[in-house]
Amino acid sequence: MSPTTYAKALNAALRDALTEDPDVLVMGEDVGALGGVFRITDGLTRDFGEDRCVDTPLAEAGIAGFAVGLAMQGFRPVVEMQFDAFGYPAFEQVTSHIAKMRNRTRGALPMPLVIRIPYAGGIGGVEHHCDSSEGYYVHTPGLHVVTPATPADAYSLLRESIASDDPVVFMEPKSQYYTKADLELPTSTEPIGQAAVRREGSDVTLVTYGPQLATALKAAEVAAAEEDWDVEVIDLRTLVPFDDATVEASVRRTGRAVVLAEAQGFAGMGAEIAARVQERCFHSLAAPVLRVSGLDIPYPPPKLEHTHLPGVDRILDTIARLQWDDEPDHTHTPAEVSA
Amino acid sequence: MSDITHLLPCPEPVQLIAADGTAVETSEQARERGYAMPEAEDLLAVWRAMVIGRRFDAQATALTKQGRLAVYPSSRGQDACQVAPVLALGEQDWLFPTYRDSMALVTHGIDPVEVLTLLRGDWHCGYDPQATRTAPQCTPLATQAVHAAGAAHGLARRGTDALALCLIGDGATSEGDFHEGLNFAAVFEAPTVFLVQNNKYAISVPLAKQTKAPALAYKGVGYGVRSEQVDGNDPAAVLAVMRAAYAHARAGHGPVLVEAHTYRMEAHTNADDATRYRTKDEVDGWTGQDPIVRLQAYLVEQGHLDDARIEEVRAEAEELAADLRTRMNAEPTVEPLELFDHVYAEPTPQLREQREMVRTELAGTATAAHGSTQTEDAR
Ligand SMILES: Cc1ncc(C[n+]2csc(CCOP(=O)(O)OP(=O)(O)O)c2C)c(N)n1
Repeated sequence: MSPTTYAKALNAALRDALTEDPDVLVMGEDVGALGGVFRITDGLTRDFGEDRCVDTPLAEAGIAGFAVGLAMQGFRPVVEMQFDAFGYPAFEQVTSHIAKMRNRTRGALPMPLVIRIPYAGGIGGVEHHCDSSEGYYVHTPGLHVVTPATPADAYSLLRESIASDDPVVFMEPKSQYYTKADLELPTSTEPIGQAAVRREGSDVTLVTYGPQLATALKAAEVAAAEEDWDVEVIDLRTLVPFDDATVEASVRRTGRAVVLAEAQGFAGMGAEIAARVQERCFHSLAAPVLRVSGLDIPYPPPKLEHTHLPGVDRILDTIARLQWDDEPDHTHTPAEVSA
Repeated sequence: MSDITHLLPCPEPVQLIAADGTAVETSEQARERGYAMPEAEDLLAVWRAMVIGRRFDAQATALTKQGRLAVYPSSRGQDACQVAPVLALGEQDWLFPTYRDSMALVTHGIDPVEVLTLLRGDWHCGYDPQATRTAPQCTPLATQAVHAAGAAHGLARRGTDALALCLIGDGATSEGDFHEGLNFAAVFEAPTVFLVQNNKYAISVPLAKQTKAPALAYKGVGYGVRSEQVDGNDPAAVLAVMRAAYAHARAGHGPVLVEAHTYRMEAHTNADDATRYRTKDEVDGWTGQDPIVRLQAYLVEQGHLDDARIEEVRAEAEELAADLRTRMNAEPTVEPLELFDHVYAEPTPQLREQREMVRTELAGTATAAHGSTQTEDAR
């Protein structure tokens, strides 16, 4: 075992995919000599050549549309959008073409491509470099949306995304690029579509993903030490498809749920999760499902981002609000609930 | 077929002063278009603004190293392109800059601290766009090209003879918005002047991987936009070409695209490692093309500039740098509750609620129960 960062795990995944499948192509702005602005593609052009790790002209709509054409010819493009907000020029290609091509063509033209997007904030970046853009993609049928929070998942989920016959929007929380883990690569973690319980607990389920997993775990520790709350932390790993089963089983056991997402809260992924939990676990709930999210404002300038980002205190305040008068009725079984 | 020669750029970039400071004989086409050596007085103004601009740029770079700025994209080497086009603007004209064009904004008379607000991280735009007739520095590439076209059309519709100057990089000319901006400006005959500062790299990607066009200037021709190319390290030529472009646009003949051939001497930003994609030899080669050295040599040779004046302007630049240092070293006041003030003209009920939540948090009442985590979390 040797220490590997999240960024290095992604690099290894790209490297291994390029080695194993000649149809895999890495493309994007500055992915060549520079190795990408976050160095995720470091050394790939040197080792695989300019035809396999390709510096494209500076045009996101062009990059995404070009990948559509390549996918039609049986290639597996893995494209990098340099930052979340710079993927917006490609939005038309992603939502109208990449997401719908299989459906429009009755399966004749699948889109086996991956769009890698470094997203979310907490890195002191100036405007347009910190958007939580997952909401736009999860709302688009036809796309898988995957967001690893750990180095092992970064490797494993990227390999799986590249192997997938459907388009995957692969969202990399920038704040986690330098997260380290002792890890032997290659590694294989739970598949796409399966959530993971990162910390077991009995009092409340904290559901989160990507950029907020680390904060959630910190909050759970503080809650145990200072508040005597035993918090179970679920890392979704994949937003589409959504793992209802893992979340449901946990909430039924704990009877309380908090959803934590860095994105602005209104009509976001957090709202979807809260609604699903409420629909499925109503009879097990001792309190309403609550959300902790970013504020409903454009991403703030660096000196104010700590006001926007959900932090340990906001999570603990929310957990404190779960002190509801009535104890939950745990007598309902899942079968009764669905009947 | 209609004649397109009036749209085509000069085959070679227009140059009036050579790298060694001597005057150059211009081509016939350049003369026809009115590119003549500007008056000494105008050249002296450009020279002064470049000396001050470069000192500002160096100070901003130093402030980044001290952690005072989140990031700073230097425009050293592009001084002529930053300064001359802005000095030649009229009172009512509008400027559409990018993140790299801080020197241009300082030349435009915007307080350097307000210019650096975005990069320091206390707000997204530190100056008043209406008062300064300057759009916010644009980060998403090429999107300002379409805004500039629209603004120029708006200025024309209002019956003014004002124009819009759009500054843009070579890499950004690959974006769809650049092409849409050119086309809209042309179709609406909007008085827009697009200045491409071709500094040879889009972060790490060299021009050869960006385009197959013999020059970016040719990109205007297909849209019916008059196009030109100029030696971007020759301040006299940049001034002459931009003035002619403004006259063309102001006269109602439609937009102009100017490509300035120049070089970014520093890395893309302080966060970039330029040694990964360009050689020291290449950079050194451009050091000999320095626009300030070139114009100063010319002006001294012509007897318009002496050591005393050089010293005077140098001192003026030092003063600006010292003032900038002092003011940037004072910690800016940021007001978290202001985050809610400018999302809508009237905050939504939800935003009012969130504002109240943050206000309570700031007052410390909500967090008293687990106070120990407050400080760690708040930053
Ligand atoms: C739409 C969009 N895509 C990507 C980026 C990230 N990015 C910032 S600067 C840059 C290179 C721009 O090069 P160029 O247009 O030549 O301008 P220069 O920086 O050289 O002035 C890139 C790719 C961005 N800001 N906007």
